Amino acid sequence: MREKRDLKVQAIEKGTVIDHIPAGQALNVLHILGISGDFKSTVSFVMNAQGARGKKDVVKIEGKEINVGELNKIALIAPGATVNIIRNFEVKRKYNVIIPNYIEGVLRCINPNCISNSKEPIKSKFAVLQSEEKEVFLRCVYCNSIIYENIVRHLF
Amino acid sequence: MKDFSREEIDFVLDTAEKLEPAARGLEKSRLLDGKLVALLFFEPSTRTRLSFETAVNRLGGKTINLGSVEASSVMKGENLADTIRVVSGYADVIVMRHPKDGAGRMASEFSSVPIINGGDGSVHHPTQTILDLYTIRRESHLEGLKIAMAGDLKYGRTVHSLCQALALYGADMTFVSPPELRMPPEIVRELKRQKIRVKETDSFEGIIGDVEVLYMTRVQRERFPDPEEYLKVADSLRIDAKLLKAAKPELKVLHPLPRVNEIEHDVDSTPHACYFEQAFYGVPTRMALLALVAGVIK
Repeated sequence: MREKRDLKVQAIEKGTVIDHIPAGQALNVLHILGISGDFKSTVSFVMNAQGARGKKDVVKIEGKEINVGELNKIALIAPGATVNIIRNFEVKRKYNVIIPNYIEGVLRCINPNCISNSKEPIKSKFAVLQSEEKEVFLRCVYCNSIIYENIVRHLF
Repeated sequence: MKDFSREEIDFVLDTAEKLEPAARGLEKSRLLDGKLVALLFFEPSTRTRLSFETAVNRLGGKTINLGSVEASSVMKGENLADTIRVVSGYADVIVMRHPKDGAGRMASEFSSVPIINGGDGSVHHPTQTILDLYTIRRESHLEGLKIAMAGDLKYGRTVHSLCQALALYGADMTFVSPPELRMPPEIVRELKRQKIRVKETDSFEGIIGDVEVLYMTRVQRERFPDPEEYLKVADSLRIDAKLLKAAKPELKVLHPLPRVNEIEHDVDSTPHACYFEQAFYGVPTRMALLALVAGVIK
């Protein structure tokens, strides 16, 4: 059974494996990381894979170790994700993503009148905050608008 | 305003108090002698523009103006970032008002000289908050103030900033508005988190006799699709001299102006009326901010 599952996405020699992404969010994770068609390395992913704790998505990026700061951005939509740095087919480092304090250029402000939604040469900027109930929300640095929910809907 | 600590606000207010005689023309100040202040008003403004211009003049500085937006490079499609980079090469300080939310913050990222935000979009108008705080300190007191704010509390940026700033001093706040124009729940939640006593109501009943400051705001007609509904609401939030008979002698009525009909003219001659003095206090507070950002007072 294990072999069959591994066939879906091959093991990689060197690179980054992002595991425990909530089912259905793999494409958004790639989007946040800025990985699109012109990305040079091989990228493979599985959606809705059956894991020990239910369905999940997995992303594998070959030949490239993604910077920790970059990876932490995905904590906005995949706070339980784990990152594995692979070298010579072995996991060299493994860690959990951490919600960053600040993100730039990932999301569009919900306020259509915000200066970050105009033709100015700036990127959107958000302070990432947590409520007393530990829910993540974002405050636009420019206009103070707050994104409380459906963060994915506001991805560029 | 969120960036200001209580100590920083107090420092600005202390500076304004020192400059008040010069603002009244009783003393001469040359603090901005040789300094050039650019006034970039990308949308109409009367009091803010005039009071900044007065403040610069009272400090002995000079102003340059954008003039009308229609006649400027903005109409040729120049973005704000470029305008700011150009003007910051001309002036020592830039005062800006802009229709986009967050334009002031963005301008500060591109400017090589200090930017004073004279109001951007519908969210920030920090110099109004500073002058409101100064008015309250001069005419009443800031610490543990009993204040009622009335009118359009949902969209009114002045009341949003003011209640957040007053929270730094501890306060007892009553919000008087129709249900559709209530203070945004996230602001009320934040105030309560800071242990501020907050009461929300839709009429002045039982309020007037209890507060030290009544901060009135205009209810805008365009917020109501039904004109009848607007008239009903506007009428319920109108104050007159008769209503103020129940007030404590020390009650001060503030209003950011312009008023439409929410304060009857018979209030003007009562000792409670404070809104014209409030408009004047825009001058010493803006003088203080100009002098501080220009580095001529430290």
